[in-house]
Amino acid sequence: MAAQSGSLPRYIVQRLLLIIPMVWLLLTLVFLLMRVAPGDPVTASVGGRLPPDALEARREALGLNDPLIQQYWDYLSGVLTFDLGKTITDNTPITDIIKENGGATLTLTVTAMLFALVVGLPLGLLAGRYRDTVADGGIRIFGIVTYAAPIFFTGILLQLLFLNVFSGWPLLGQSTPITEFSVETKTHILLLDAMLAGDSEAVVDVLKHLMLPAITLGLLICGIFIRLTRVNLLQTLQADYVEAARARGIPEPKVVRSHAFRNALVPVVTIIGLLIALLMSGAVLTEKTFAWPGLGNQLITYIEQRDYAAVQGIITVFAILVVVISILIDIVNALIDPRVRY
Amino acid sequence: MASIRGILAPFRETTGFARWMLLVGVVIVVFFTVLAVGADWIAPYGFAQQSANGVDFPKAAPPGDGHLMGTDRLFFDVWSRVVYGARTALEVIVLAVSASLVLGLVLGLISGYVGGWIDRVLVLVMDVLYAFPGLLLAIVFGFLLAEKIGAGVISAAGALTVIYMPQYFRVVRSSTISAKESTYVEAARALGAPGRTVVGRYLFGNVIHSVPVIGTLNAADALGTLAALGFLGLGIQPTDGAEWGFDLSRALEDVTSGIWWTGLYPGLAIVLLITGLTLVGEGLNETVNPVLRKRRLRKITVEETQK
Repeated sequence: MAAQSGSLPRYIVQRLLLIIPMVWLLLTLVFLLMRVAPGDPVTASVGGRLPPDALEARREALGLNDPLIQQYWDYLSGVLTFDLGKTITDNTPITDIIKENGGATLTLTVTAMLFALVVGLPLGLLAGRYRDTVADGGIRIFGIVTYAAPIFFTGILLQLLFLNVFSGWPLLGQSTPITEFSVETKTHILLLDAMLAGDSEAVVDVLKHLMLPAITLGLLICGIFIRLTRVNLLQTLQADYVEAARARGIPEPKVVRSHAFRNALVPVVTIIGLLIALLMSGAVLTEKTFAWPGLGNQLITYIEQRDYAAVQGIITVFAILVVVISILIDIVNALIDPRVRY
Repeated sequence: MASIRGILAPFRETTGFARWMLLVGVVIVVFFTVLAVGADWIAPYGFAQQSANGVDFPKAAPPGDGHLMGTDRLFFDVWSRVVYGARTALEVIVLAVSASLVLGLVLGLISGYVGGWIDRVLVLVMDVLYAFPGLLLAIVFGFLLAEKIGAGVISAAGALTVIYMPQYFRVVRSSTISAKESTYVEAARALGAPGRTVVGRYLFGNVIHSVPVIGTLNAADALGTLAALGFLGLGIQPTDGAEWGFDLSRALEDVTSGIWWTGLYPGLAIVLLITGLTLVGEGLNETVNPVLRKRRLRKITVEETQK
């Protein structure tokens, strides 16, 4: 018993320590990728716009004239001290971009995840409970189609729908300019700022803007939840302890509700960890579709400008986030389900 | 012949929804393959054609009147671009999935069979690639490959290969490891079979069967990623080929003017083909995977014994 109770802290420490090599490898990968890029990043992004000596000064300032190993060291130590360098095109510190635009991405992803959970889990359980009925078929088709529809297509369809049915509904951006100016920036999360300011009109405005992007991104994730919960429930319903409950004469609805549902839902936590990567990919596309001022949108803008430094910085942040969040979810998972720890 | 019957045998045992999914999926995929192969005959115009018989196409004309699905703001015929889009999509997907399959299979077999530090390094690299958000990886690779060898089918397929290879690697590696310890492989080794023969003859056949399910599901996913790259302007350029994702990025600008046909049709094409591929994959999975499989109960006829 003593060994077992001691294994949870050990598991947590192990997982936390794993963050270091994973992040290091990802950073190395990002660095190498950005260095195999052909030509000179400064010429690629601001080539025609600055005189040659100014270009040379930019190159020197970015450390591109240093030997590769020096650049690698500067990059790694920079990340450790939360310094991700500056963009080539507009000379903005990357950390400022993260601060300014991170809040919008966070708002979008969290709301989308909540939407997916609220819609996907019940549908998945329903489909599993009534296997091979019309409801099951319908729900599975819904899940497959929402997962199959590219985010930007779902987005365009929703935009067309709202344009025609609720004319005047905001389709693009995070808020009207008035809200943006009137709400004082404190947390860089507009919704939170509006709430803190007690400005109910601004809150409604932000929520209206948030609804379509969140549904669009949420629908993608929702399909996965449906599929997983359904299969989980099917497997749980075949488990011995469920069979035992049935054998004791407990009526089927009660067996499903109090014995099967709970255990069918445990793996969902694991899946959320795996979904973080998908959620981030999805956020990039959603932000582009709805002109949502998040990190993904910034990433695409900088890619269009061939700004390697900015792309490297933003990708670095995404990489670190993915590793840290997935490992934290692993730990949460171990707390919920003792089987994971061993 | 026997092998074909071997493939069809699980299908005959499927029931209800699984069989239905497989059938509908196959029909959809075949439909798009026909579009792709016969694009030159099916499409009324070229994918970058702006006039016919000396008459310019109308700009952003609604469906009807010589243009089944209308025209877009570049004067292109939407239906022709949808048809040629199928060709681009299938080209890229076939290239990407087969490249990642071959690479993943070879590396997985080596990693699983040889073990040691090669195994450890490969696993680490693949885990890192796998952990990274797929689209972001594709964006970075697509961006770099486009700069290096020019945007086109090859660079798009290359970017997709990087994302999907780790999955094959994982599956193949783990089945190799478990098959390596089995008695028949041990027997082969005891008989003095060289490593090449063991891997090529005994392990390969044992590992390959899990690939079709991942392959079709990956193809579905790859199509979405290809469209996403096109949507972000990192995929195939409009003059090189018709690509649904790129068309949707242009359609995004049309939405506020109430132009729906430039977005709806390419979008529907993506959804249909992805759904088709997913149905095939899921159907196969339910057919092959014993956990999900539900066998059809066959009627047993008992012959009456003659007196």
